Amino acid sequence: MNDFQHAQLELKHFHRRLSVAASVMLLFFCLLFANLFYLQVTRHDYYTTLAEGNRISLVPIAPNRGNIADRNGVVLARNYSAFTLEIAPAQIHNLEETIDRLAEIVTIEHKDRRRFYRLLQESRNFESIPIRTKLSDEEVARFAARRYLFPGVDIKARLFRQYPEGALAAHAIGYISRINNRDEAWIRQSREEENYKGTEHIGKIGVERNYEFELHGISGYEQLEVNAHGQTVQVLDRTSPIPGNDLRLTLDSALQRVAEESFAGKRGALVALDPRNGAILALVSAPTFDPNLFVDGIRFDDWDELNNNPDKPMLNRATNSAYPPGSTFKPLMAMAALAQGRRRPEHAFNDPGSFTLGNHNFMDNKAGGHGFVDMARSIIVSCNTYYYQLAADMGIDNIARFMGQLGLGRRTDIDMPSESSGVLPSPEWKRQRFSKPEQQRWYAGETISVGIGQGDNAYTMLQMAHAYANLLNYGRVFRPHLVDSVVNPTTGTIRKIESQPVREISLNPKHVNFIKNAMARTIREGGVSRVFAGASYESGGKTGTAQVFSLRGQRYIAGRLREHLRDHALFIAFAPVEEPQIVIAVLVENSGFGSQFAAPIARRVFDYHFLGTEDNTPIKAMEQHDEPEGEADDP
Amino acid sequence: MILSARHWFTKIRAHIDLPLLLIVLILMAAGLVTLYSATYSDDGSRLSSQAINMILSLLVMLAAAQVAPQHLLRFALPLYLLGLTLLIGVAFFGIVVNGSRRWLSLGVVRIQPSEIMKIAIPMMLAWYFHKQEAVINAKTFAGAALILLVPVLFILKQPDLGTALLVGAAGFFVIFFAGLPWKAMLGLTVAAGAAFPFLWDVLHDHQRRRILTLFDPAADPLGAGYHIIQSTIAVGSGGLFGKGWLNGTQTHLKFIPEKHTDFIFTVFAEEWGLVGSAVLILLFICLIGRGLMIAAAAPNLFSRLLAASIAMGFFAYAFVNIGMVSGILPVVGIPLPLVSYGGTALITMMLGIGILMSIHTHRVLIKK
Repeated sequence: MNDFQHAQLELKHFHRRLSVAASVMLLFFCLLFANLFYLQVTRHDYYTTLAEGNRISLVPIAPNRGNIADRNGVVLARNYSAFTLEIAPAQIHNLEETIDRLAEIVTIEHKDRRRFYRLLQESRNFESIPIRTKLSDEEVARFAARRYLFPGVDIKARLFRQYPEGALAAHAIGYISRINNRDEAWIRQSREEENYKGTEHIGKIGVERNYEFELHGISGYEQLEVNAHGQTVQVLDRTSPIPGNDLRLTLDSALQRVAEESFAGKRGALVALDPRNGAILALVSAPTFDPNLFVDGIRFDDWDELNNNPDKPMLNRATNSAYPPGSTFKPLMAMAALAQGRRRPEHAFNDPGSFTLGNHNFMDNKAGGHGFVDMARSIIVSCNTYYYQLAADMGIDNIARFMGQLGLGRRTDIDMPSESSGVLPSPEWKRQRFSKPEQQRWYAGETISVGIGQGDNAYTMLQMAHAYANLLNYGRVFRPHLVDSVVNPTTGTIRKIESQPVREISLNPKHVNFIKNAMARTIREGGVSRVFAGASYESGGKTGTAQVFSLRGQRYIAGRLREHLRDHALFIAFAPVEEPQIVIAVLVENSGFGSQFAAPIARRVFDYHFLGTEDNTPIKAMEQHDEPEGEADDP
Repeated sequence: MILSARHWFTKIRAHIDLPLLLIVLILMAAGLVTLYSATYSDDGSRLSSQAINMILSLLVMLAAAQVAPQHLLRFALPLYLLGLTLLIGVAFFGIVVNGSRRWLSLGVVRIQPSEIMKIAIPMMLAWYFHKQEAVINAKTFAGAALILLVPVLFILKQPDLGTALLVGAAGFFVIFFAGLPWKAMLGLTVAAGAAFPFLWDVLHDHQRRRILTLFDPAADPLGAGYHIIQSTIAVGSGGLFGKGWLNGTQTHLKFIPEKHTDFIFTVFAEEWGLVGSAVLILLFICLIGRGLMIAAAAPNLFSRLLAASIAMGFFAYAFVNIGMVSGILPVVGIPLPLVSYGGTALITMMLGIGILMSIHTHRVLIKK
């Protein structure tokens, strides 16, 4: 083989290799093309959807929450706009370090940090959490200039809930706070999760909770075109949110203030309502709290203070604490006796000073008895023996049936998120309440105690006011309610909440009038006559004392007992007698007799309600001139 | 003067291959158009800087086309040795940028010796086989392998997987065209397969992750898989005819990383669709095909091997790049030839085009 031939052969080999290379190249490019065909034609729709999803982001816009005003238009809850400094934890690598650097620019106190971490634990995914609220203009400017140093941190203009009257009627109005897991479950149950996507706050208690879905409004949303960094490029579409409805309460905030101030540091509850329609005029639980503390996440020490306060300011005593009614139960017992034909009003007996059942002596509230006592006088002097006898004659089942009809021992269905049903004792109740046979047994002596409002009797002040309202209304029952009407802020349409009676109890008007007059005489002639001396309106009422501690036969001397063991003072009143416009139930914890603290509060509320006069002097404990109430066990 | 200018013009023109120049110019134009779309919203200066790069690279091409292959033959060994020395220099004195030791600082300028190797290796190997001409046997191939592997290992060590791959491919193409027996290739494939576990250990973490990500990009959608996922979405949403120039949403909303350099094909495919992509691929086929034709007609072994290797080098570039952005190859830093933004790679590639032109236009002279 010569050089030329060799070269020819070599060239032939080379050309063959070139063909191989060209074929491989074509094959590989065909592969690429096939893959591109698969992506761009076969799977085109799929990838288009993904690209649109990348591009378009739906951002919910929370609606403005409705305002709350009292019956006279005084604003009790509203919104205002303020700047917050917020951190999106998902975008931050080292939270502690970021907050440290932020603290060099804006004031961040230890309290703020603790609140931030608490909110972080409670937070839902992906949301931004405020590290500081209500930034000053200067702070906003300082941060804005350094924003680029803090990815994941931003200033947001937010609407905040504000309760301009502070602690006034806090239990009734309630408050809003950030949505937690339990609220989320509630939202899901109510099938509102779509509407709450942009919402961060929710009503927790009171009217704010009960009317949450009225106040909230309907979320709007913005369709945003966003880039890979989540920054908005442009707004493609916008649906405006529809603001929540405003609420007009039945509450009279001025009356509420008078009532709250009358408690002057005492613990207790007060419910004032209009018996003609169930509208609540004042609902007091003392002590109260400032709902503004909760709005942007309560600070740890504030929460600590509220939670560990022995006076339990967060407890709504008016609707959720049941107390024995004491002697305020007696007019209702009298009514039951009349309704069931057990007594005639003129039926009188000579009070021996005690009632004996078996080998047990139930003592009267006056040593030696009240002498000659008929039904009216039994109410005026609060004669225990009369009602021991009456209870024994009626029997527990009849008592329980009548009181249950009046509305005791069951929920009033007030428009509040929670309410205690109290305890209306009966053998039936005992069977349901207890599991062991010996606990379930009903003793005859219990009936006697129930007759004077002691024993297991326990009702909320709301129930007491409600029951008296039903009585005074000749049996027409209205649902107690805090909200008068729901107002659409855009159209101005007003929707009334409650105006029709929910049920009817058949009561003889003559019997009702008799009780009314007996209670009016109690105000004029009884132990509280001094409290109501000089009032230009006519009122009826009854004092009561709820025993906290059984003295086991010893004489009750308030000064000798520790404060929290002293009796609770109660007072039920209504006015005017002819056609009552207001019924009030007052309880002052551990303050002794009804006439001492509870009745003066009722007087002030009535004075303001009917005359518009206010008395700001502290209520002085009056010297005791009423006879001690309650049963005394005598073995 | 005028006469002499015309003389020079004629002389330069004589060494230009028009089909090749046409393809190159169309690809460059496509590059500029896509670059404008990819960058006009954030930084317009890239467009003019790339235009300058292109003019510079065209000048480099013209200059290279004037150098006869027999002169190139003389540069082969010194260029290779220089490149190797610089690579060793990088290994010891290199500057670390982004975790890779690729650059060598020579006072005022920084150079990337691995870039030199992209041309030096095929030249060296072509020269090596050219020298052996008559007696090419197993020993020759072993020597060639050594010439290739030493610099490739240095580049792999930097680490720079993309360049190592391209340099390795360029060298392999020379050896392949020199007639490496099929049996040997089969043996090498088996050996490579056996060596894979060892190679896997040598790979850096991020390289391994890129390869793993390829098989399951969704496993880490915001990490290593992000580029692949977003790029496939862009390509796929482009459809048959594309979203139209400047209308690529993925691109303009910044979902595509490195959209003006390695991922420029994504932008192109999103805006011009399958039809545009097919045209672009056809252009590359023409470019490579023309290169292979030049190799086929080349007068001697050196020119043949060099031309074929340069042509197939473009194939390696284009295939790996398009395969990577459409999600069938791992993400390695390889630009799309003549289209991607970046001066260095462009100049190297246009140097290759110039050499192809030189080989083609000097052939007649040699024959004469």
